[in-house]
Amino acid sequence: MLQFLIEKEFKQIVRNSFVPKMIVGMPLLMMLVLPWAANQSIKGLKLSVVDKDHSTFSEQLIYKITSSGYFQLTDVSPTHTLAMKSIESGDADIILEIQDDFEKNLIREGLAHTMISANSVNGIKGGLGSSYLSSILIDYAEELRETYGQSAGGVPAGSIPQFNIIPQYKFNPHLDYKVFMIPAIMVMLLTIITGFLPALNIVSEKEIGTIEQMNVTPVKKLMFVLAKLIPYWIIGFIVLSICMGIAALVYGIFPVGNLFTIYFFASIYILVVSGFGLLISNYSNTMQQATFVMFFFIMVFILMSGLLTPVASMPDWAQKIALFNPLKYLMQVMRMVYMKGSAFGEMTPQFFALCAFAIGLNVWAVVSYRKSS
Amino acid sequence: MENKVIYTENLTKKFGDFTAVDHISFSVNKSEVFGFLGANGAGKTTAMRMLCGLSHPTSGKGTVAGFDIFKQSEDVKKNIGYMSQKFSLYEDLKVWENLRLFGGIYGMKTKEIAEKTDRILHELGFEKERGTLVKSLPLGWKQKLSFSVSIFHEPKIVFLDEPTGGVDPVTRRQFWELIYDATDRGITVFVTTHYMDEAEYCDRVSIMVDGKIEALDSPKNLKNQYRTQNMYDVFYQIARKATRVEI
Repeated sequence: MLQFLIEKEFKQIVRNSFVPKMIVGMPLLMMLVLPWAANQSIKGLKLSVVDKDHSTFSEQLIYKITSSGYFQLTDVSPTHTLAMKSIESGDADIILEIQDDFEKNLIREGLAHTMISANSVNGIKGGLGSSYLSSILIDYAEELRETYGQSAGGVPAGSIPQFNIIPQYKFNPHLDYKVFMIPAIMVMLLTIITGFLPALNIVSEKEIGTIEQMNVTPVKKLMFVLAKLIPYWIIGFIVLSICMGIAALVYGIFPVGNLFTIYFFASIYILVVSGFGLLISNYSNTMQQATFVMFFFIMVFILMSGLLTPVASMPDWAQKIALFNPLKYLMQVMRMVYMKGSAFGEMTPQFFALCAFAIGLNVWAVVSYRKSS
Repeated sequence: MENKVIYTENLTKKFGDFTAVDHISFSVNKSEVFGFLGANGAGKTTAMRMLCGLSHPTSGKGTVAGFDIFKQSEDVKKNIGYMSQKFSLYEDLKVWENLRLFGGIYGMKTKEIAEKTDRILHELGFEKERGTLVKSLPLGWKQKLSFSVSIFHEPKIVFLDEPTGGVDPVTRRQFWELIYDATDRGITVFVTTHYMDEAEYCDRVSIMVDGKIEALDSPKNLKNQYRTQNMYDVFYQIARKATRVEI
C-alpha cells in the first residue's frame, strides 16, 4: 500500500509547477548569496587620520594601517574637530589622531600618544574597528623596538615586563566568517524546505478535498503519514547534497569530520521538522493558517538556534527555551563536524535530543491525524 | 437481516444544538439502487458520511456491510466505495494513475490493477485518455471516471453523493448505465440526487426533510400514495413541509 502512496506523492511533486524549482533554486540562492551577506567580519572601515606630526614614523604607521586591508583612508583632517565632522557626515568610521612630536617622543622617551575615536552607532563595527586599530599600533611599536633596539626607547627593552600574547584560533584559523555561517545556512534550508512542504501538502489536500477520498479508504494512519514523510526525507537529502556541493565547489569548505555523520544526523533531523510540519497541518484547515503558524515557529527556532548569537550568551530563561529548539542541536552538530571534525561519540546529547523530538512529534502527528470527524 | 447491507436504527448526528440527522431508521437490500432524496440542508450528506465512517454518529445504531459503524468503521471502509459531492480524484495524476493508486490502497495487486484498468478504460471508451491528466478532462468524463474509481475494488456498497450534479443529460444517462452495470455485479448503490428522473431509476427512494426520513418506498408506490404521475410532485409535496432554513 505504501508503495502506491509514495509513488503518488513523487508524481505530484515532480508535476508541481513550483516545488521542484524551489528544491533546487532555494539552496542555490541561499548558499551563493547569504554567506557573503551575513558576514560579521569587518573590512574596509573608513579611516580618518589627523596627523599632526608629519614625520617618517607617522607616515610609516599610516601606511601599515592602510595596507592591513581592514581600513581604507577616506579623510585626512588637520584637526580632531574637522575629523569629527567627517564621522558625522558618514565619510569616516574611525579617527586616528597622531600627536605632534610623535617621532621625537618615540625616539627620546620610547613613549608617544595616539588617540582612537570610533563611531559606535553600530557597536560591533566600532568595537572591532578600534581593537583592530590598537593591535596594529601595538604591532608597529613592537617593530620599532626591534629595529632600533634599546636606542629607540632609551629604556632597555628587557626592563619592562611584557606579555606577548599569541592568539591561536583553533578550527577556523583565518576567522573566516563563511566557515561559520555555511553549515548553519544548510540547517536553515533543511528546516524551511522539509518543514513547510509537507505541512502545505496536507493542507492543500484538505482544501482540494482529496483527503476525504483518502479518509474513506481503509488506508492506515501510519501509512498515510509515512507516505508524506518519506518523499520529503529524500528531498532533504537532495537539498543537503546540493548545499555541501556548493560549499565545496564555491567556497572550498569541506567537512573536517565524517560526511556520513552529517547525513546520519540530518536524516533524524528531517524527520523532526517534517513531523512538526505534519503536526501543524493536522491542526490547520487552510493554507494561511498553516503558513502563519509554521512561519512563527521557524522564525523563533532560527533566532534561538545560535545561528547569529551563541545560545550560551542568552539569558538563562532563553537558554531553557532553546532546549526545546531542534534546530539548535543540528546547528551544533553541523558546525562541530564541519569545523572541528567531531566524531559521533562527542555528539550523543544532540543525538538523543533529536531522536526524542523525532519520535515525539511523529507519534503526535500520527495520533492527531483524524480520519473522521 | 442477511440481505440487508445497510441497516440503521435511530441514527442521529448533532452539531452542538443543531440536529443534522434526527433518529433515522432504514435498511437497504443487497444489489438495490437506493435513492436518498431531500432538499439542500436536509441532512443527506451528513447521514451518508456517518455510514461511510467519515463522521462519528452521536447516537443510534448502524451497520454497513455487516460492520458496526461505531466500532468497526475501518472495516466498513474496506467494503465500500465513496464518491463525494466535490470531485476528489487527484487532478495532477493521469487517468490510469488514479485507478492504480486507489486499487493499490485497497490492496489489489499490480497485475490485477493493470488488467482491470485496461478493461475499465475500454468499457468507458477512455482508451485514448489513459495518459491524460485528470484536470484536463471534461466534467462528465471526470464523474464517470470518479465512479469507476469508487467501484474499482469491487466494494459491497458504493455511496454516491450527487454524482451527476452539473452533468449533461446524455452523460447522465450513460452514468446511470454504469450504475446498473454495477448492480448487476451485486454492488449495492446508495445515491443522493436532486434530479427526479433519476429518482425514477431507483428501486426504492427515501425522502429526508429536516433531518428525518418522511417517506420511504418504491417510486411507484410513492406516486400512488401521493396520487400523482411523477416523482417531482411527490418530492414537492413532502419537501415543502420543511421548516429548517437552508444552511
